[in-house]
Amino acid sequence: MATRPRPLSPHLQVYRPMYTMLTSITHRATGLGLTVGLALLALWLLALAAGPAAYERVRGLWSTPPGVVVLAGLVLAFWYHFCNGLRHLNWDTGRGLEKASARRSAAVVVVATLGLSIATLLAALYFGAHS
Amino acid sequence: MSIKTPLGRVLGLGAAGGGAHHWWVQRVSAVALVPLGAWFVISLVTLPDLGYRTVHGWLAEPLHGVLMALLVLTATYHAWLGVTVVIEDYVPQTTRKVTALLVAQFLHLAVGAGALFAVLKVALGSAA
Repeated sequence: MATRPRPLSPHLQVYRPMYTMLTSITHRATGLGLTVGLALLALWLLALAAGPAAYERVRGLWSTPPGVVVLAGLVLAFWYHFCNGLRHLNWDTGRGLEKASARRSAAVVVVATLGLSIATLLAALYFGAHS
Repeated sequence: MSIKTPLGRVLGLGAAGGGAHHWWVQRVSAVALVPLGAWFVISLVTLPDLGYRTVHGWLAEPLHGVLMALLVLTATYHAWLGVTVVIEDYVPQTTRKVTALLVAQFLHLAVGAGALFAVLKVALGSAA
């Protein structure tokens, strides 16, 4: 049995920080955040199944300031993971892996994330009285 | 020349003792989540309100119930695959790693089962 700690897989400290690295870490962080969001979705669905009283109680939590912050974070995390996930799927086909195009697509992902998040907010305001 | 045995080549297993299955199913679930995720967000923001009657009536429709069931199952699977990799990468000690992997697996199963049960109850139950 090894008694001294084994090296960690990504071994982050040997790399010079770069923003393409940041997009990769953010993909993991948003993925973990969305996992928590998935648990919240399950609670929301269970409240919906339990009846109007339980549903309104859960819905009330979303209108509180912390609820709005969490919801906004989840929207941003969703669109980031969505866009960067497409970037990863494109890489898996062997395309766009060169340094220049990987940097360009990182910028596209950030812009698309902000655009889609703002579009989500505007659509919610346009279609319903979501407050 | 490869020093791999013919059996080793056929099985496609590397030093990890596992093949490309985890990698592949993570991509398959990701591809499935592109339309399902987009459908979910677009549906929620285009509902006239998020009151109980509106949301319950929306989810009780067969198409929406099936898509929501697919979404929660696929998302739970995809999340479990992702969290598994994160634990494997950042938890070096074996006992702690195996414990974390088991806890993650149980939690994801609980979330998936709870969400699926809720969708089925709304979809199959009488209108409340």
